[in-house]
Amino acid sequence: MNIIKKLKAPLTMTFIYLGIAFWLPDTAGKSISVVIDYAQEMIFIIPPVFILMGLLEVWIPKDKIQQWLGSNSGLKGILISFFMGTLPTGPLYVAFPLTASLLKKGASITNMVIFLGSWAALKIPQLLVEMKFLGGLFTLLRFILTLIVIIIIGLIMELFLKRIPDVTE
Amino acid sequence: MVTIITIYSILALCLILSFWKNKQKTLLAFKIAIKGFLKTAPSLLIILGIVGLILGTFTPEMIKRLIGKEAGLLATGIAAILGAITLIPSLVAFPLAGSLLRSGATIMTIAAFITALVMVGVVTAPMEIKFLGKKFTLLRNSLSFLGALVIAVIMGVILP
Repeated sequence: MNIIKKLKAPLTMTFIYLGIAFWLPDTAGKSISVVIDYAQEMIFIIPPVFILMGLLEVWIPKDKIQQWLGSNSGLKGILISFFMGTLPTGPLYVAFPLTASLLKKGASITNMVIFLGSWAALKIPQLLVEMKFLGGLFTLLRFILTLIVIIIIGLIMELFLKRIPDVTE
Repeated sequence: MVTIITIYSILALCLILSFWKNKQKTLLAFKIAIKGFLKTAPSLLIILGIVGLILGTFTPEMIKRLIGKEAGLLATGIAAILGAITLIPSLVAFPLAGSLLRSGATIMTIAAFITALVMVGVVTAPMEIKFLGKKFTLLRNSLSFLGALVIAVIMGVILP
């Protein structure tokens, strides 16, 4: 029963692909080449991220995380989250397991939303490409506005999830 | 490439430190890593599948056609929705946005596309739910979508 449950989604996916390969071979071809591209990226990026997550769980004590990123970390917590997010460290799905570990260790929701938000929207390599194609003014304005919005979202979510807790199972 | 070099350099540094300080703890870290990976592997496969389907359907040409066909606020709305559901690498997304801008799309539309693209992750939502919970994911993504629209409007008003 458990095995069937686990395999349900991958099997559904396989059937969808088979269906598309039959009805829309053109789209299927494109989709499969995208899958291969992303799979290559994932194979390189995922293993080191999980090992880093393991090291974090083993080495960094809970009270340190609470002190740096907890509810009372204030501006320092926001700045740390923001800088950690902007480092060139790969696609967003990599950040979810890291965020979950940090939350478990006592990081605040506000800080983790800021961390995820800067990871997704304010990455340094991404900003360089943006500047080249959309101009410095556009990039600068988007950067400032996004940072403000991310902090506001973080504060709203902290309020909301505190009242209705149980973020992680 | 920069990404891979950064991650592996950080990892190498941490591993050397960790091994030097305590072998047992390092092995435990590996165990945690493997357990975490096995837990995530199925949802990673699903994300791969969804990404393939969405990017196979919404190719850059298709997005250009969809956004370029409409004008005004409708174009901005379509751009925001396309941005939210797709997951395009920035090396493809920004040149695409640049060419849309040159072919007559408004700043507001381009900003809506870019902000929604980077802030909202419909494709990665299954994985986000797995790690951070349904409520967190829904709240974060819907607030981010609203935020993306607000940013787009402000940018459209301020920038010429």
